[in-house]
Amino acid sequence: MKTIFERPQSMTKAETHYCPGCTHGVAHRMVAEIVDELGIREKTVGIAPVGCSVLIYRYMDTDMQSAAHGRAPAVATGVKRVRPELCVYTYQGDGDLASIGMGEIVHAANRGEKITVVFINNAVYGMTGGQMAPTTMPGQKTTTSPKGRDVNWCGMPIRMSELLSTLRTPSFVVRSSLHTPHHIIQSKQALRRAFQYQLAGTCFSFVELLSICPTNWGITPVQSNKWLEETMLPYYPLGIFKTPEDK
Amino acid sequence: MPKILMKGAEAIGEAAIRAGCLSYFGYPITPQSEVGEYMSRRLPEVGGVFVQAESEVAASQMIYGAAGAGVRVMTTTSSPGFSLMAEAMSYIAASELPAVVVNIVRGGPGLGGILPSQGDYFQAVKGGGHGDYRCLVLAPATVQEFVECVMKAFPLAEKYLNPVLLIGDGMIAQMMEPVDFDAVKTEPQRDVEAWATTGCKDRPRNVVECLWLDPKLCEDFNFELIEKYKKMTAEDCYFEEYELDDQPEMVVVAYGTTSRIVRTAIEELRKDGYKIGMLRPITLFPFPFARLRELSETSHVKAFSVVEMSQGQMLEDVRWAIRDKFPVGFFCRMGGIVPSPEEVIDFLKQEFVTRGLKGAVS
Repeated sequence: MKTIFERPQSMTKAETHYCPGCTHGVAHRMVAEIVDELGIREKTVGIAPVGCSVLIYRYMDTDMQSAAHGRAPAVATGVKRVRPELCVYTYQGDGDLASIGMGEIVHAANRGEKITVVFINNAVYGMTGGQMAPTTMPGQKTTTSPKGRDVNWCGMPIRMSELLSTLRTPSFVVRSSLHTPHHIIQSKQALRRAFQYQLAGTCFSFVELLSICPTNWGITPVQSNKWLEETMLPYYPLGIFKTPEDK
Repeated sequence: MPKILMKGAEAIGEAAIRAGCLSYFGYPITPQSEVGEYMSRRLPEVGGVFVQAESEVAASQMIYGAAGAGVRVMTTTSSPGFSLMAEAMSYIAASELPAVVVNIVRGGPGLGGILPSQGDYFQAVKGGGHGDYRCLVLAPATVQEFVECVMKAFPLAEKYLNPVLLIGDGMIAQMMEPVDFDAVKTEPQRDVEAWATTGCKDRPRNVVECLWLDPKLCEDFNFELIEKYKKMTAEDCYFEEYELDDQPEMVVVAYGTTSRIVRTAIEELRKDGYKIGMLRPITLFPFPFARLRELSETSHVKAFSVVEMSQGQMLEDVRWAIRDKFPVGFFCRMGGIVPSPEEVIDFLKQEFVTRGLKGAVS
């Protein structure tokens, strides 16, 4: 019998704790597949965030370190600088990366740390129960913006890929999405390219993945994919924002 | 190697390098910025890693990462910066990683000042960050002793898989004193393959983390920490006894910079016949509780005094050590003012009168 689909070697056999419809599982699997495909399982160190994906270290069968909330890029800097032969990535949500960890991500990018950042943007705090994130859409209802995000008091959502691409240090910055199979295939290509830049010692690489959170958005997974497309995509355009080859 | 004259802050950096610490992450803050300046020059010469972080928060998380990856690593800071490192200290302790941190304490609270203080004793000794954890805390009193303690700190951190914190102040960091780097033999690093994130080649994966969603497991870990700290107390509690071997009436307790002034005061008072000595804690955690209690139970010791550059933080531990068997005299200067030998001598003479001791009459 021919095997056509199996668990990536870089994933453990643990069952994930994610809600039905959550896209973390897809993103985890893509990272693990790339680690397998590039043959780097034995030299990969993942840095776990605080947020829904705090337990990613249970699912990845590679060396892992957990980080305090928002500090993953600093922890990754520590690992990568002292062991540059390793492949070091962080996996962070929007509260972790764009709110409490804004300082760490901007400076890691600006130093040009040779790490890869996987940024899951689902426009809400997941683990703490659906509070407003820096990436929450204008008017989007959350448990701390019950009447919808009021941009007069909360400002507009932060576009991390655009922000990081203003830095003059060479880097690879891309935004992709997980709401259709087509976009998932594109996302994996972007992730592979991000890891390849690191392995070549070229630059800091950053992949933003627009994701859904049906539980905290309070709608079904199918409705969530539609909401992402209709509400998030116009504000968070997909594409490559910066490559190390840019002048 | 002959002794060389060296500024404290630079000697701290050189001591770390001699101890095999080839990675330093830090953020500038007075009065210890010279450590980072020194490391930025020296580490590239020896193939090491220097990173000027964007904040003390980031610097301390970088050492968490580097320690997790299994290398000897150090950061240095001063009081306000150490507050920002409290988060990482808790995670380093909880993840059981060896790392060395130096806090050159300055006047506080708040932005405070930049001159010598001992106002961070509680923060150093009682935790500092969230949760039940302890650092092994060393409080050297001279530049030479600082060098020796830095070199011993790395093997101690590796023995206990626990952060080791050294505290000093601007007096030591900014002063030049003769230093002999060969006074301490460096110990090789212990094997890290069992726990460090070095890449899972030919072994199961290693995970550095500190999350216990099951409270029973979290409690079990806390019990393990209790055992670790008991072992520290049994095996690595260090102190110096100065003029305590001729049955003195009074024992002064002081550490770091104040111990140097107390030493001078005792020299002078002994010339006048006062029977007085000093117990100088070198580890503030573990604290020499047992030895202080023994002294309080001798027939000749009639009084204890504490001289400290804080409102009486170590004083609480001394009172607990002797179970308040005697009232403990206390003298302090704060906010960056270092007590003069004269005012310490006057205070101690008055203590002899207040406690009804024989003092100079004997």
